[in-house]
Amino acid sequence: MRLQYASTVRIVEMPCTGTIDHRVLLQTFENGADGVFVAGCMEGDCHFLKGNIRAKKRVNQVKNILEEIGFGADRLDFFNLSAAQGQRFAEIVTEMTERIRELGPSPLNKKEGETA
Amino acid sequence: MIIAQQKPIQDIASMIDDCNKVLLVGCAGCVTVCLAGGEKETDILAASLRIKRKLENKPLETVTCVATRQCDPEYVETLDSYVKDVDAVISLACGVGVQYLAERFTDKWVVPALNTKFIGGSVTHGEWEERCGLCGDCVLHRTGGICPIIRCSKSILNGPCGGSQYGKCEISKDVECAWHLIYERMKALGKLDKLMEYQPPKDWSKSRDGGPRKAIREDVMIG
Repeated sequence: MRLQYASTVRIVEMPCTGTIDHRVLLQTFENGADGVFVAGCMEGDCHFLKGNIRAKKRVNQVKNILEEIGFGADRLDFFNLSAAQGQRFAEIVTEMTERIRELGPSPLNKKEGETA
Repeated sequence: MIIAQQKPIQDIASMIDDCNKVLLVGCAGCVTVCLAGGEKETDILAASLRIKRKLENKPLETVTCVATRQCDPEYVETLDSYVKDVDAVISLACGVGVQYLAERFTDKWVVPALNTKFIGGSVTHGEWEERCGLCGDCVLHRTGGICPIIRCSKSILNGPCGGSQYGKCEISKDVECAWHLIYERMKALGKLDKLMEYQPPKDWSKSRDGGPRKAIREDVMIG
């Protein structure tokens, strides 16, 4: 298919998005990620029945926390797509990359002394 | 169990505004079960506070640990080594745990991360309901196992009152009338006659009266 998408993305594979933990998502931002998106299976297609539904709820909860602490929720999102939707994956990567570029680098990556 | 809920992060952050290093102590008791102050919630709060403070250019160092129970001195003592070099201790326990930490660590600023709500149980995963009013003189044997003290909005002992409509309480269509439930259950059990038995006025002196209550079991006391 030779699809092109931004090289800025680092893919972390998980056995199911249902294993996503709030702590992991917060940690990615603390470790310097400018943006994170979780790509779960299509709703109704979860091999473990509700893994993607649970992941979506957790992502939304972390978005709430990020909003509450002034980081903003836009740097995190959840998308549903199947393993066969390579085209859609490339689109989402482009969409997220554009969104993050617009937002700029994560305020947590500012050097000491700079104001967030 | 005791049901608690986390305070807004902003409120917790303002309590430790002048601190550079804090210890967050979770509790493996009730608040772990009601998903308010267990290991996971402690780590999430610590990360949230660190991010918030970094955004404000005032980085915060956090240490986290979970006590088996914060309401037991023997487990609070195990926290001694964690507390030494922190400016404040954030307790993710119920109000009891916070007080036990404050009593143990007299020179530390101990603050609560949770609001202690009530004594209750799970309705479904993620939902908890109040079930005990801590009146100190249980009447459940007379009311078919349904507590009129906490589940009746008026805590009346001879209901239902005039506000009971089709099994619901007048305060909300989502609140069941406890006395309607009691009547239906006693009827199903064939024990309606029990409700007709004369009952003396409830002894409220065993409830929240005369200061904090104590319970003593001399046979298990050591020393």
